[in-house]
Amino acid sequence: MDAILLVEQALNGLQFGLMLFLLAAGLTLVFGIMDMINLAHGSLYMVGAYLAATVATATGSFLVGAAAAVVGTAVVGMLLEVTLLRRLYKRDHLHQVLATFGLLLMANEAVRMIWGPEALSLPMPEALAGPVEIGGLVYPAFRLMIIAVGIVVAVLLYVLVAHTRLGMLVRAGASNREMARAMGVRVSTVFTLVFGIGAALCAVAGAMLGPLLAVQVGMGESILILAFVVIVIGGIGSVRGAFVGAVLVGMVDTFGRTLLPMSLRAVLPPQIAGNLGPALASILIYVLMAGVLFWRPQGLFPARG
Amino acid sequence: MAAGTPLHHAVRWALVGPALVLLALLPVLLTAIDQPFYLVPATRILIYAIAATSLNLLVGFGGMVSFGHAAFFGTGAYVTGIAAMHGLQSAWLAWPLAMVVAGVAAFAIGLVSLRTRGVYFIMITLAFAQMMYYVFVSMKTYGGEDGLALESRSALGFGLSLKSDTTFYYVTLVLAVLSIAVLWRVVNSRFGRTLQGIRENEIRMEAVGFPVFRHKLAAFVIAGAVAGLAGALAANQTDMASPAFLNWHQSGMLLIMVILGGVHSFLGPAIGAAVLLLLEEFVGDMTTHWQFYVGAVLVAVVLFAPNGIATLAVRRSRV
Repeated sequence: MDAILLVEQALNGLQFGLMLFLLAAGLTLVFGIMDMINLAHGSLYMVGAYLAATVATATGSFLVGAAAAVVGTAVVGMLLEVTLLRRLYKRDHLHQVLATFGLLLMANEAVRMIWGPEALSLPMPEALAGPVEIGGLVYPAFRLMIIAVGIVVAVLLYVLVAHTRLGMLVRAGASNREMARAMGVRVSTVFTLVFGIGAALCAVAGAMLGPLLAVQVGMGESILILAFVVIVIGGIGSVRGAFVGAVLVGMVDTFGRTLLPMSLRAVLPPQIAGNLGPALASILIYVLMAGVLFWRPQGLFPARG
Repeated sequence: MAAGTPLHHAVRWALVGPALVLLALLPVLLTAIDQPFYLVPATRILIYAIAATSLNLLVGFGGMVSFGHAAFFGTGAYVTGIAAMHGLQSAWLAWPLAMVVAGVAAFAIGLVSLRTRGVYFIMITLAFAQMMYYVFVSMKTYGGEDGLALESRSALGFGLSLKSDTTFYYVTLVLAVLSIAVLWRVVNSRFGRTLQGIRENEIRMEAVGFPVFRHKLAAFVIAGAVAGLAGALAANQTDMASPAFLNWHQSGMLLIMVILGGVHSFLGPAIGAAVLLLLEEFVGDMTTHWQFYVGAVLVAVVLFAPNGIATLAVRRSRV
């Protein structure tokens, strides 16, 4: 075990965590402010990735593709909110689960109808396709770009939530919705905007992860579960909690996948270690969540006082 | 127990009676119209009706929205598969064993999960189910990611063989009626009344002196054991214990069946299972894009029949 490997793994974990944060931020705001469980949040990530792949292939520019994905997905998200989802805010959580699960099925199938069943590929921008060397560590430039984008978006989101008027309304809505409404906040407009921002963040994650993972139907579902794990660990409704939770999950998952099999091989026969390692690594984040819920039932940063 | 209160869930024999007769005659009817292969999806519906009804003991009557019921369904399936692999073929031993192991798993998971509430309970049950999923996927001896193929279906004795679709259907029907009847007795028992009281106001029940946690845990174990039976049947029907039985998608489907049918009606989830699986079957025959239309139906149900489809047929009364 050397330092370079550790740094590389830390960078991978940070990259994964930051992308998780982009999804979790929108999810936690929608959950915390509108009190809405949105299982279709992962579908927006999928739509973003498909839009990015299509436009980037057509124009030959990754940047144009990513920009189109962000704008297009935000529009799709806001349209969904205005036409359907706002009718669900006051409903029982179970109804929200049923309706948004239906939406998830529709989104998957609509994507399959439009783009076909095969996975798309989203080409990496050529300037970033190669590796860079930093003090003995050779690391893909594109992954560094993902980390940079993730940090920039996180800072922007922090400024938006903590230092703007819209952010103030959002925080007011998250801590006490009725009071915010009573004080004259035009809640429905804030909700639509928040939903659009959440959708745009999904699209950023979709465009960034598209070149690394396959752009395919169902890509939003496994990451959706992870995003839910993140917001539960962080505390529902808290963007800061989502950030800490996401980086924590990203790090634990990435380090678990490399360090755990390695240390198991040191103490157990290779056959057993080979089977046990990946399973334990996959379980780690769920153990983390169960542990957090056991000792801090409201998550690490509860939004509601 | 007094009838006619909102806590008592009477059987509406006018509807249930004919439905039972229809189910009992289904193999004959399907042979008569020359469509005997529909017996296989019918059996599948019955299996899922058992699982969904057991989940509704938690969701509808205990107020515990579990997103991890697949853990017990899948455990039942795997216990059956593993028992068969080690030579235990008899259904009379393997299926009760599946129920016991699923019940023990539910006890352990419930012990930790039931300390949380609301959304956090949803997520912690999901977390435990996913842990089980990865545990079974990692066991290469028992199939790993490919699942564990059943060497042969469970043996019933008495000259009956589960290889026959008709026999399998009737065995499933008997077990479905039995387990749903047991759950119905549970719901209408003193225990069930207490459980519904806890759903309505947990703190008050605690104050009155009921051991709330023990009641919830007992309900969790019962629901888990019954789901284990459904899993054992499912393993026999598909001839394998698949990791997909344990996946969160499976938990989601069971929850959808419950909500679709209606959480506050006793037979709603069984109807929800039938409607969802029939939709899959028939829309799937018509178009490869069936998921789109099934999704649209789910959205429409929420908008237009918010209390589940069971309430559409019988308004204001409980089936």
